[in-house]
Amino acid sequence: MIFEGLADKLQQTFKKLRGRGKLTESDVNDAMREVRMALLEADVNFKVVKDFINRVKERAVGQEVLDSLTPGQHVIKIVNDELTALMGGTQSRIMISSKPPTVVMLVGLQGAGKTTTAGKLAGLLLKQNKRPLLVAADVYRPAAIKQLQVVGEKVGVPVFTIPGSQDPVLIAKQATDQALAMARDVVIIDTAGRLHINDELMDELVAIKIQAKPHEILLVVDAMTGQDAVTVAESFNTKLGLDGVILTKLDGDARGGAALSIKAVTGCPIKFAGMGEKFDALEPFHPDRMASRILGMGDMLSLIEKAQATIDFEKAKELEQKLRKDEFTLDQFLEQLQQVKKLGPLEDILGMIPGMGNLKKLQDAKIDEKEFKKVEAIIQSMTKKERRNPNLINGSRRKRIAVGSGTRVQDVNRLLKQFYEAKKMMKRLNEMQKSGKKSNFKLPFMR
Amino acid sequence: MNLFNELKKGLEKTRKGFTEKIEQLVSFSTKIDEEFLEELEAVLIYADVGLRTTEKIMNNVRQGVKDKKINSPADIKPFLKSEISSLLGRDLIRTKISGLPTVILVVGVNGVGKTTTIGKLGQYYQRFGYKIMFAAADTFRAAAGEQLEIWAQRVNADIIRHEEGSDPAAVAYDALQAAKSRNTDILIIDTAGRLHTKSNLMEELKKIYRIISREISEAPHETLLVLDATTGQNAMNQAQLFSQAANVSGVVLTKLDGTAKGGVIVAIKSELEIPVKWIGIGEKADDLRPFQPNEFVEALFDDK
Repeated sequence: MIFEGLADKLQQTFKKLRGRGKLTESDVNDAMREVRMALLEADVNFKVVKDFINRVKERAVGQEVLDSLTPGQHVIKIVNDELTALMGGTQSRIMISSKPPTVVMLVGLQGAGKTTTAGKLAGLLLKQNKRPLLVAADVYRPAAIKQLQVVGEKVGVPVFTIPGSQDPVLIAKQATDQALAMARDVVIIDTAGRLHINDELMDELVAIKIQAKPHEILLVVDAMTGQDAVTVAESFNTKLGLDGVILTKLDGDARGGAALSIKAVTGCPIKFAGMGEKFDALEPFHPDRMASRILGMGDMLSLIEKAQATIDFEKAKELEQKLRKDEFTLDQFLEQLQQVKKLGPLEDILGMIPGMGNLKKLQDAKIDEKEFKKVEAIIQSMTKKERRNPNLINGSRRKRIAVGSGTRVQDVNRLLKQFYEAKKMMKRLNEMQKSGKKSNFKLPFMR
Repeated sequence: MNLFNELKKGLEKTRKGFTEKIEQLVSFSTKIDEEFLEELEAVLIYADVGLRTTEKIMNNVRQGVKDKKINSPADIKPFLKSEISSLLGRDLIRTKISGLPTVILVVGVNGVGKTTTIGKLGQYYQRFGYKIMFAAADTFRAAAGEQLEIWAQRVNADIIRHEEGSDPAAVAYDALQAAKSRNTDILIIDTAGRLHTKSNLMEELKKIYRIISREISEAPHETLLVLDATTGQNAMNQAQLFSQAANVSGVVLTKLDGTAKGGVIVAIKSELEIPVKWIGIGEKADDLRPFQPNEFVEALFDDK
């Protein structure tokens, strides 16, 4: 991430501001400058930012700063609340029509990820005991229909198309009858990607809409979209009347300001988020998490959820106790690594932690699966005493450990460096936890 | 319609979102004050020029005002034109077609238009009578190989394909051998879309790159990063991480006709020092064209 978190920036802005009391207009103005930059860096639409800043200003000036918070944290809280409110509630489902089949139509620009999303959506519906039918109506891009057929095969959902047909309207029209004949209850129409400024192709979508009578028209949007997201969403909305949005490629490091812009301008709920290449990687959209992400505060909640599902609580508690006493040893380091390994790729996890987004700093703390075995071997080649007190490990001990674990001294050095990094990181998290008692940012092993 | 007018047409949205906004601002302002400058800053950010580059340009504008180079709002347009022109550099940097084969590696995140770009590149080079080969090293996305195959037929290129799910580095290896033995002039290697944050996929890309340069030492002669013009500031992250993995030498900016935000071109060049080499301004095969900075600036600021 090029831009460091808003939290850090605001801390700096408020450094000179000590004590408590009311937030004055100039405090708020200073803070809003940073918030504005953060939002713009996150690709939130310019006009949306302007309105938003004005609203927050109004709310923030003159407010008492909560006892437990620094002025910076207090402003962030207001900003975060407002952002979450603006994002709206969760509505992560497809409205199923009482009279089958329910028809869902996916639209969007080229490359937004419609075909992949169609497959994911079909997979999701399948899990909810629905019987979806995928409809390939992208007759333009070479091999697009073939792509959907392969996708359909992978998720185990039939794909309807009219071979050789160049008429997406006809395909969409016949799809409903086909669904009834095959006893499928949800029809997902994958349309060709098109530019919102291409009138001819936009009219084609309207024709498809008239013929297929979709219950839901969902706009598929790339989370990396810039300032233009608003124009795109607006055009599709005016032309077709959207029912919702699916945000794709959220597993990247885009801050995803587009989500906010689209919500603000169209009022359409964002229903799902595409989180990966696999076909089960379509997740419900969480407005609150998105707010933190746009602000560059990391996606703590997702991390916590992930961690809670995998981390052994007793062990975590124990670890936390030791951390409190600053007794983090190599034994715990290993234990922790073993737990973290269960969580999945470490860089994904670290990216979710506020202030840890800077990947460059993390290069040293990065662990891949192969490395992990090495680390295990190295730590197990240490004596108990060494594990408890790594400061003991001098040159000759390092040599012995390297020989014992079948690694090189450099590897041992690197591991020790990683260990100290981790120790620092744990400390930082620990301090964060202490300073912001009211915050929701809690790791299971921090409670 | 001549080429320049076509370019202008393709940039119409950007002109509307950028040049015309500036013109409006100029016509409504009588003097240059803080409000004027703030509005100008807004126009730049709105065009996806990016915060850092906007800051750079705005500093120069303020300096220009101080030095009396800018005296009235009307002076802003020519000033910006020369600013942007100097940020972009003047000349087109072509891919040198030399040695047999010249290898072009095409990389980028998902959905930016890599395969389509390769098809159009093939079309472009075919007109000069080059012998072209495509390598379908996107073995991941469903039907990516088929898509490239259709393009290969259209532009009369050879194609090397493996099974879906096979090792992309092996496809690249086979293609390199085939290109050498068949005296191919240009080998264009397609890769799977990958998010720049997925380290395992970036490792895979590094491996492809290694194999290519092991087989032909100067290769790849060009690594093109395909960026979607509708992408916002994340383009910077993409460029940085792909450069680390595959030594990106140029950018292809696609879908420029659909966005009002061509400003990202300026940001890429000025913040990353990677030249934009191709721009896509339409759906037709010859709507992918070499990016000529001076022509681009002229088309963007052209009054008529």
